Amino acid sequence: MVVSSKEERDDEKAADLLFGALADPTRRDILRRAREGRLSVSALARKYPISLAAVQKHVAVLERAELVSKHRVGRESIVRAEADALKRAHAALDRLASEWRGRIERIDLILDEDKGDS
Amino acid sequence: MPVTDVNKDLDALTMTITAEFDASAERVWEMWSDPRQLERWWGPPSHPATFVEHDLSPGGRSAYFMTGPEGQKYHGWWRIEEVEPPKRLRFEDGFADDEGKPNDEMPTTIATVMIAAAGGATKMSIESKFGSREGMEQVLEMGMEQGMVEALGQIDALLAGAKA
Repeated sequence: MVVSSKEERDDEKAADLLFGALADPTRRDILRRAREGRLSVSALARKYPISLAAVQKHVAVLERAELVSKHRVGRESIVRAEADALKRAHAALDRLASEWRGRIERIDLILDEDKGDS
Repeated sequence: MPVTDVNKDLDALTMTITAEFDASAERVWEMWSDPRQLERWWGPPSHPATFVEHDLSPGGRSAYFMTGPEGQKYHGWWRIEEVEPPKRLRFEDGFADDEGKPNDEMPTTIATVMIAAAGGATKMSIESKFGSREGMEQVLEMGMEQGMVEALGQIDALLAGAKA
């Protein structure tokens, strides 16, 4: 059963990342272009009047929010939009992971008590 | 940190988490087999679990409830599929109504627990997966912070705006 305050905090963090990523017009534009097709970071950089480093930073923010993923193809870094279904699967599995992580940590604490007894 | 690995399989909708404990496999198994120990860790501190039924045999059932900070009770059940002490346990975990009767409309998850000695320590891996993709979607809708669900739903609208 999925009930946990730690998960709620994780979800809040994920929502912050998501909202933060979408709050910037350049990042929304990058995401829109990535959704229309795969794009290299350098091709993206040519489309905006900002430096390559700034574009890379924007892509990194989108990546942390799991909105895009980056793949190396030869010397190029390709940006791909994560499909919605994939993003949802990520979020759901993260939820399972954080629930079990909590349980495992609690088991570990109980096992630690054994050592105190001996 | 006891957790050594977390692996997500997005196609199979499976999450596998691996941990190592400084205890024997038999001792780790007790965490599952003894309901009094199980209830010390199954629920988060804010929602401790109470197991009222616990039959770890193939086809056996467990029944439990978690108590929230305001006293609200969330009932759940396990259906045991495989048991092989102290090595392996597979069960389905779902929600129940207030009388503890399984609620078929609610999503379930299936956990496979594997416990093995590993050089003086014990390795435990848990594979957890959603009973179905619909179940996964349901868990997202009900469990996720509302902002997250809204944000996911708003992406298309936002991007349509960006295009204009």
